[in-house]
Amino acid sequence: MDKVIVSPSPHVHSPASTNRIMLDVVIALMPAIIVSILFYGWSELLVLAVSAVACVGLEWLIAKFLMKRPELFNGSSALVTGLLLAMNLPCSTPWWVVVIGAVVAIGIAKMSFGGLGQNIFNPAITARVFLLISFPVYMTSWAMPDGFIGSVDAVSGATPLGLIKEGLKSGSTIPEILSAHGLTASTILRDVGGSAGEISAIALLAGFCYLLIRKVVKPWIPLSILGTIALTAFIFHAIDPAHYTGIGFNLLTGGVLLGALFMATDYVTSPMSNWGGVIFGVGIGLIVMMIRYFGAYPEGMSFAILIMNCFVPLINRAFHQKKYGRA
Amino acid sequence: MSNTIIWTIVILTVLGLLLSLVLFWVARKFRVEEDPRIDEIEKTLPGANCGGCGFAGCRAFADSAVKAGNLDANYCPVGGNEVMKQVAAILGCEIKEAAPLVAVVRCNGSCANRPRTNEYDGARSCKVKAALYGGDTGCLYGCLGCGDCVAACQFGALSMDPATGLPVVDESKCTACGKCVAACPKRVIELRKKGPRGMRVYVSCINKEKGPAARKACSAACIGCGLCAKTCQHDAITVTDNVAYIDFEKCKLCRECEAVCPTGAIHGVGFPKELDKEAVKKRIAERKEVKNG
Amino acid sequence: MAKLTFSIGGIHPADSKIARERKIEVLPLPDRVYVSMFQHLGAMAKPVVAVGDTVKAGQIIAEPGGFISAYIHSPVSGTVRSIGPRKDLAGFMQMHIEIEVQGDEWAEGIDLTPELVTSIPEDRDFILDRIKMNGVVGLGGATFPTHVKLNPPPGKVAECLILNGAECEPFLTSDFRILLERTDEIVVGAAIMQKVLGGCPCVIGIEENKPEAIAAVRASVARLAYPGIRVEVLKKRYPQGGEKQLIDAVMHRQVKSGGLPIDVGAVVQNVATSLAVYEAVQKNKPLVTNVLTVTGDVLPAEKQHNYLFRIGVPLSFIAQYAGGVPEGAVKMVSGGPMMGKAIANLDATTVKGSSSILYLGKGTVRKAEGPCIRCGRCADACPMGLEPFLLKSLYKAGDLAALEENAAQDCIECGCCQYSCPSYIPLLDNIRMAKGQVMGVIRARNAKK
Repeated sequence: MDKVIVSPSPHVHSPASTNRIMLDVVIALMPAIIVSILFYGWSELLVLAVSAVACVGLEWLIAKFLMKRPELFNGSSALVTGLLLAMNLPCSTPWWVVVIGAVVAIGIAKMSFGGLGQNIFNPAITARVFLLISFPVYMTSWAMPDGFIGSVDAVSGATPLGLIKEGLKSGSTIPEILSAHGLTASTILRDVGGSAGEISAIALLAGFCYLLIRKVVKPWIPLSILGTIALTAFIFHAIDPAHYTGIGFNLLTGGVLLGALFMATDYVTSPMSNWGGVIFGVGIGLIVMMIRYFGAYPEGMSFAILIMNCFVPLINRAFHQKKYGRA
Repeated sequence: MSNTIIWTIVILTVLGLLLSLVLFWVARKFRVEEDPRIDEIEKTLPGANCGGCGFAGCRAFADSAVKAGNLDANYCPVGGNEVMKQVAAILGCEIKEAAPLVAVVRCNGSCANRPRTNEYDGARSCKVKAALYGGDTGCLYGCLGCGDCVAACQFGALSMDPATGLPVVDESKCTACGKCVAACPKRVIELRKKGPRGMRVYVSCINKEKGPAARKACSAACIGCGLCAKTCQHDAITVTDNVAYIDFEKCKLCRECEAVCPTGAIHGVGFPKELDKEAVKKRIAERKEVKNG
Repeated sequence: MAKLTFSIGGIHPADSKIARERKIEVLPLPDRVYVSMFQHLGAMAKPVVAVGDTVKAGQIIAEPGGFISAYIHSPVSGTVRSIGPRKDLAGFMQMHIEIEVQGDEWAEGIDLTPELVTSIPEDRDFILDRIKMNGVVGLGGATFPTHVKLNPPPGKVAECLILNGAECEPFLTSDFRILLERTDEIVVGAAIMQKVLGGCPCVIGIEENKPEAIAAVRASVARLAYPGIRVEVLKKRYPQGGEKQLIDAVMHRQVKSGGLPIDVGAVVQNVATSLAVYEAVQKNKPLVTNVLTVTGDVLPAEKQHNYLFRIGVPLSFIAQYAGGVPEGAVKMVSGGPMMGKAIANLDATTVKGSSSILYLGKGTVRKAEGPCIRCGRCADACPMGLEPFLLKSLYKAGDLAALEENAAQDCIECGCCQYSCPSYIPLLDNIRMAKGQVMGVIRARNAKK
């Protein structure tokens, strides 16, 4: 022994590390990514690759040359942002729109706040909303499933949520709209056009279960979001089934699952305490349903998460851990 | 259509008027009468809010000065005599001029002088390190090298020298606010008189251990031999707890102590010429002969 | 029966009790021992011998320096060679008495026979006096003088004596070994403390990873048949052996912030303390020996040992006797890997509370600190329900009022937060400082009142 090392206790550390956590999230996203590639084919792969490379590359460039603090570069977290952004985009998105999205996610939403751990808003969601407002055409014309296992020709179409919104505006009822577009419960779940992250509920859930088992995330935020959506949909659907969609439809369409399982659970932009998480989730659920039922947009998951992101510091102030001996 | 526009204008105008009335009323009701001199003094002060004067910030300094009506308890080390004269002019009182001070690092424990005995692997904080153990050298008193003083300095006057592992004071930036003195858990840094044209002599060591132990830990330690105190013609040097200390009020900057110090623990800085140790030693020897003969 | 555990936080570090099968061996005597005057919580002890005095083992060589302080006895027979400052394991100067070992003669009145004495003295003051005069202190880590702890202030009644056999720190096996090898003595010690505390029930809590110890203690409790002693199995979870956590686990009560265990009717003593109490009361033997584990992840299993050592033997002597510092060790720790103190100076001496020499390899070198990703794992792990991420940033901001509001002073320094942090942030390093500052503020305020 040359020189003994001296440090304060503790002298051991758990195997956990930030990179390991990010790797777990990437693993958890894999089922949904694989399913989406199978469904949408090469174009989806391209979106994923461009987004991932752009996010990681931009983070490195910004940290190294703009902020001149290369230690702020965290490749694994940028990779997660890149994958999540790609899963929020239609596979028909042109590559340059994806790159703009990456600039917004990494450059504006993340690094301008000081890098990993400092951002207020979820980077991937911020980028998605930015693109949605700036390039509505690319962002709302969804490719119909046409991948390695599909057989239909590439068709652009609106999502079921969009179709229903349009239909309701023109005065039809939901059953009429559904039958007019040939949508049944099974087709909605099987052939829905949408972004990668919206295509397979089972794949998303499988990935999330992996995160739960690895204890990377806690279930309270997703449970409260989905519970709130289900409850709200149940009440409104029971009152007026002609104008309000039901529980299953609301839970399984759009970005609800991806948002609830992977976006709202982002450590940095969600509350720290369990009860804080529940409040956060209930807020997201209510806002989503308000936008869907009464708002101008067909879908509101991204807006809901961004709005609730603003409240996280307040929620963190209000909800603390239960302390020992201070009941 | 035009109806809507008119209504909008009317409502906004009325609303604006009403709210301005409310604002006016609130401003009147809750107005705080303040001595305008507080603002004036605050503007005169450097505005660093460093707390070097002992008050929470420049405003608190101004407030207490105005309340007291004199400057007996207030001295802004950052602004120095010049700023204080301006403040005194506002208050119409006298000030006690103070000699400008500067932060002095009293440690010689560079990597070369003070071998490392172990490796510290905790948080980069001198406070944490000092609370944990005696440090990564044989010296229990010297600089710990984690840079708490550098972090505490608001003026960018301190930096760690990677070659020595010790902090270096940039005299042109140091305002003698005393933040580093408070931040150092070992009290290595002292505020001393800057001296005429920046010339000053000080003992760059605070190791209280007995000579052999201190020397074993650091080759440039003060070993408390007392040679400097015996040599000094001005009674400026005292040795307590095996460390010499030079009183900067009494020191005449003759640099004799620096010449006789066997370990080189006494530093003279700011002098235009390098010290010719042999010449000074000769001078001292001659003086002794005169005395004895 | 249901296994007990505490209700907030906690972690599950790897057990690593490699030395658990190694029987306690008696460590030989070195040439010189150095007895520290600062082996307990509270005031430093004052030497009552002079250089050149001859002393016998078990003879008092220092007396308490205050109300919370303890007697210190010579662990060996020989001649006092010097009294003065010497570096402790952290490199700080402490007063030590250096004794040159000559033979092994014990002071009179000490019963060194191995026979078990089961009849407990009736007189409470006699028991307390024996505990005090024999220098017994808590051996669970804090080294609080035992006679003070066993003598609750008026108005406070002990409702439960909890004997702490959790030994939740990884690697350490000394408590496990004495539970196996000195079982009866520990149970008698418990009965003695019960007596002092007015006959309250006693729970001996042992973690589930020590089934042999649980069986042995259960058998001994049944055989000796003292009233009101029972064994409870605790879940394996760190910091199960923390005083406040153990009270929560066993009694389902929580000590208020700033309060003492006795406020909720609890008195917690370590099993090693119980053994020391037995020896002090039944055998009139002072606390001059203890059991220590030599272990570590870089030490081969066959070189790991549990030693019965004389308090005052230098750590370096033990390390040498056990085969020297192993290859690959980069850090040495006295105590467990979660709360133990790093040894900066192996020439330092053992003290009453010494429980191990732990050799750790490269894997324990800290990794570079990353940014906080706000995962909340530190808050989940904190057994006091604190928010370490918040406390750390409040400390960095120097906000003492907010630190107190967020209970920095409640930190028990268990290390769970820093252990769990995926970004390797030195949370506890900072919170320990914050706690010290807040405690200073609270003390100053209380002093004013």
